[in-house]
Amino acid sequence: MQKNDVVIIGAGPAGLSAAIQCRENGLSVTVLDEFPKPGGRLLGQLHEEPSGEWWNGIKETNSLLEKAEKNNTTIKCGVSVHHVETLENHFVVHTNKGYFAADNVLIATGAAESAAPIPGWTLPGVMSIGAAQVMTNVHRVSVGEKGIVAGVNVLSAAITRELQLAGIDVVGMALPSRNIVSEDQANPREVMERMVRIAHLAPSKFIQFGSKFATFKFVQNLALQFFPKGGIKMWDMPIHLRKAIKEINGTDKVESVTMVDVTMDGDIIRGTEETISVDFVCIAGGLYPLAELAAVVGCPFQYSEELGGHVPIHSEAMETPIEGIFVAGNITGIESAKVAREQGTVAGLSIAKKVTGNKEIDSKLQDAITNVKATRNAATIQFHPRIDEGRAKISQAFNEIS
Amino acid sequence: MTTKRIVNHPVLGELDKQEKVTFQFDGNTYEGYENDTIASALLANGIRTLRKHEETGNPRGIYCNIGHCYECRVTVDGASNIRACLTPIKANMVVESGKVQPSPLDPSNEGELPKTYAEFKRREEQQKNAKK
Repeated sequence: MQKNDVVIIGAGPAGLSAAIQCRENGLSVTVLDEFPKPGGRLLGQLHEEPSGEWWNGIKETNSLLEKAEKNNTTIKCGVSVHHVETLENHFVVHTNKGYFAADNVLIATGAAESAAPIPGWTLPGVMSIGAAQVMTNVHRVSVGEKGIVAGVNVLSAAITRELQLAGIDVVGMALPSRNIVSEDQANPREVMERMVRIAHLAPSKFIQFGSKFATFKFVQNLALQFFPKGGIKMWDMPIHLRKAIKEINGTDKVESVTMVDVTMDGDIIRGTEETISVDFVCIAGGLYPLAELAAVVGCPFQYSEELGGHVPIHSEAMETPIEGIFVAGNITGIESAKVAREQGTVAGLSIAKKVTGNKEIDSKLQDAITNVKATRNAATIQFHPRIDEGRAKISQAFNEIS
Repeated sequence: MTTKRIVNHPVLGELDKQEKVTFQFDGNTYEGYENDTIASALLANGIRTLRKHEETGNPRGIYCNIGHCYECRVTVDGASNIRACLTPIKANMVVESGKVQPSPLDPSNEGELPKTYAEFKRREEQQKNAKK
């Protein structure tokens, strides 16, 4: 078994950027990904920046791949990693296509979608919002004729817009009905607070108004109280914060949903049921860091609501307390692909510095760390308003350990 | 072949011309494109149901579409529990949907087996006595 300087798990923006840095510094690198093509979830992304330019995930992926190919980077797709074994002086990555030995491992596995189960959610035609994104923009297959989105958040708003662009009829977005799992996602107050953060993406004057003042709790309450019965229109499609999807109906596939009015706290108002016929439903429960492999290899974790869940403790240079194990991208907290890409550069430089011992890399590494912060501050889509607090918490935890 | 493809897209442009690939699903022949996964090729043919729940028989399709949830598991060329959302189609691939399995918890499947060790010993004793 040939030993690599580094095996990178995940060929998304973080993994590919890291691979490019490692290759530029002459390291032997193998990138593994279980999806048939490289790019990770960057592939499906498509949104208009405030500047009017389009962020096209396929183009962004291709530009990363060009750089990686120029440096002869080995990228293996269709490879699922299920274990990272720690031996005396190196690691062995276990996959469905054999074993890969490496002195260093970068875990850049990204994020997974949280479930927001609704009765009927196992029917064919119900899928996560991310599933619809991949089907639409990557495979270019329509997920249905007419659908509805359950869950109002940054991600679902962006992807719903993508479905519309592809000519798919989305009748609206509403909350999932409240249950033990959906909790916050079913609470109009919580959802309103979060939606305020993407207000600049909405043409509606109402939401723009909200974006200025709605950081004050009482304004949000006021807005919710007078939330229009027909929802707020964004891109000609109603967004409902006072309606919830109570049930998904159908025998062998989705045929309709039952929608109900809810109070400001998400309680169902009796007798308000209405049936809306649809052939697909997208459930949007938000994202959490996909961190099982970091746990398997023994990384200590820290919970951060700001970062989307349990995150492997790491430094600003993307090292974990376990020597030779690095992390980058959404596994370190839910943020935009641009941030993930810059984090990948940091991780790549950190690994190159460790392997080569080249002192000249240090200044590049410091610049890259600065870039991560600059990219974060300039982000169009912010998944949580207190990202910085979450990041500080993780850095502090790292310093306490090492 | 199908109307479910997003051929024209205002930002991503027109769908590239791709090689057609023929494969089988539950005994029927379907066409997909060379870069399709089993899940995308079937959805493009209007097929959402990829398996029946092993115990209840409820129909299931894709949920996450990126390999996390395992809802789309099918049998591919004889290998079971393959994720349709991550597996590219290949010419003449034989795909079968997941089927209902005999339930070990269904009382009608239990037959005559003893339920406890005590019961096993008692029966063994009875058999010995019967032989005498």
